[in-house]
Amino acid sequence: MALITVDGVSRTFDVKKKVSRFRRTTITVQAVRELSFAIEAGEMVGYIGPNGAGKSTTIKMLTGILVPSAGTLRVAGHTPYAARTALARRIGVVFGQRTALWWDLPLQDSFELLRRIYRIPPSRYAANLATFTELLNLGDLLDIPVRQLSLGQRMRGDIAAALLHDPDVVYLDEPTIGLDIVSKSNLREFLRSTNRDRGVTVLLTTHDLDDIEQLCSRVMVIDFGRLIYDGPLEGLRALGESHRTLIVDLAEPSEPLRISGAETIRVEGPRQWLRFPAAASAAPLIAAVAAARPIADLAIVEPDIEDVIKQLYLRHSGP
Amino acid sequence: MVDRIAANATAYLLLARMWIRVSMSYRGSFVLLTVGQFLISGLDFVAVLIMFTNVDALGGFSLEEIAFLYGGSVLCLGFADLLLGNIERLGQRIRLGTLDAMMLRPVSVYVQICADEFALRRIGKVAQGALVFAWSVQALRINWTPARIAMVPYLLVFGTAIFLAIFTIGAAVQFWTAESTELANAFTYGGSTLAEFPMTIYPREAVKALTFVLPITFVNWYPSLFILDKPDPLHLPMGVQFAAPLAALVLCGIAAVVWRSGVRRYRSTGS
Repeated sequence: MALITVDGVSRTFDVKKKVSRFRRTTITVQAVRELSFAIEAGEMVGYIGPNGAGKSTTIKMLTGILVPSAGTLRVAGHTPYAARTALARRIGVVFGQRTALWWDLPLQDSFELLRRIYRIPPSRYAANLATFTELLNLGDLLDIPVRQLSLGQRMRGDIAAALLHDPDVVYLDEPTIGLDIVSKSNLREFLRSTNRDRGVTVLLTTHDLDDIEQLCSRVMVIDFGRLIYDGPLEGLRALGESHRTLIVDLAEPSEPLRISGAETIRVEGPRQWLRFPAAASAAPLIAAVAAARPIADLAIVEPDIEDVIKQLYLRHSGP
Repeated sequence: MVDRIAANATAYLLLARMWIRVSMSYRGSFVLLTVGQFLISGLDFVAVLIMFTNVDALGGFSLEEIAFLYGGSVLCLGFADLLLGNIERLGQRIRLGTLDAMMLRPVSVYVQICADEFALRRIGKVAQGALVFAWSVQALRINWTPARIAMVPYLLVFGTAIFLAIFTIGAAVQFWTAESTELANAFTYGGSTLAEFPMTIYPREAVKALTFVLPITFVNWYPSLFILDKPDPLHLPMGVQFAAPLAALVLCGIAAVVWRSGVRRYRSTGS
């Protein structure tokens, strides 16, 4: 059986809205509607969607903080909201924008406290701490109070804290938000090795599509509380009906090229951008351009996953 | 059940000890804050002392007897405040989302909130209450029978339990309305201030309300009447005068129900 199963889960919120000075009406907002998916042990899944799409609501239900309005959830054999504390030992959570560590404590003391709270066996704790200290480069940070750590340092501390008790699943809510390029790449490398070597199942929400491209073989896209795509990253690209772009540098500036099967979308001096269907071959197009004008240089740009998702959101816009 | 209580008690001690260590790392500031708490709390009693330079008795009670009431009230409130004084910041935690982080740990949320930022400096208030209480005991000529001796821990335990329950109910209201700290304070700190004085100075109806609605009189008034060998001005049956355990139990039960439904509400609204 899958490690995580979500079956027909909905969550509505009653929001009070002021209609006049004294009267307020309650409107029902559907944060998540009839969500169904299953995640196998050891998977690393990207969970993406615009702000307010229902990502956090889903994660809150998976961790047992929030009770669903309808449907059933199972995580590691538990119904999350009914067995919150039992489940807490099996999962790790990182909310990128706030820390689960104790602000005034040195990192080491936060870890030590978690060891006692989660009752981690001393040998496991020592082994895990040693591994994470090395892989996340925490050695110099252990004696520093969390409030004095930089965002990237704190994030590393938070991720180590979420993994200390050997959880089966970790939920990472925007773990790379605000990190510089080097920190991002180190963190991704760590997540990849943790997933591979420890078999930890990872569900990752992010706005940074590079995270997805580099880490996840599977993507789920949510918008207006509905799952609009669930499958491999490649499929998402194909689904976008997207285009590739041929960028040509002509020998000298010219009026926009007119070539059948392609559309000239931009001209800048001698450089021109021609958009053509992703499925079509670039060779005849290049031949046609070369026949029309002398070419100095050219490049083909693959569809940007960001554009694909933008299109996907647009197509599903409106509840 | 016993396991869970033990696990939660351990977690409480763990968290509290850690916060004590943190506060001790700024030892100078800790000492100043503790002394400050002692002095601020003591000013109340200075006011009583000044009053007694003009009068010999208040509501039929001498200065020493009022010191006994005062000490009992401050001690009980001080203990409760020490044990879960930070619970009143629940609303802030909900807004900041730090309550979620607590819900992700395998320990009761209530225990985590009570122990979070455990402030040992509040011992200053307890010390002040203890000092006044001790002074009154040695100044009064109390006829110490075994029953009267037993009444002292009884007063402290059930009085503290009553304040703990009131604190909890007051904080749990913040699950529904975020800005209710002041209202809650009116019942806790306000209630303890009332209990610092003999009930004979208040209207009878008010005393009845403080017995049957918000059972503040059980904290120190009835136990003190027994220890000081004073008659009950309301002439309530003896059973009522010794109902502090019952009052504490009922109030703690209400607190548990209100807290649980608050948490349930939070988990179904997420805000």
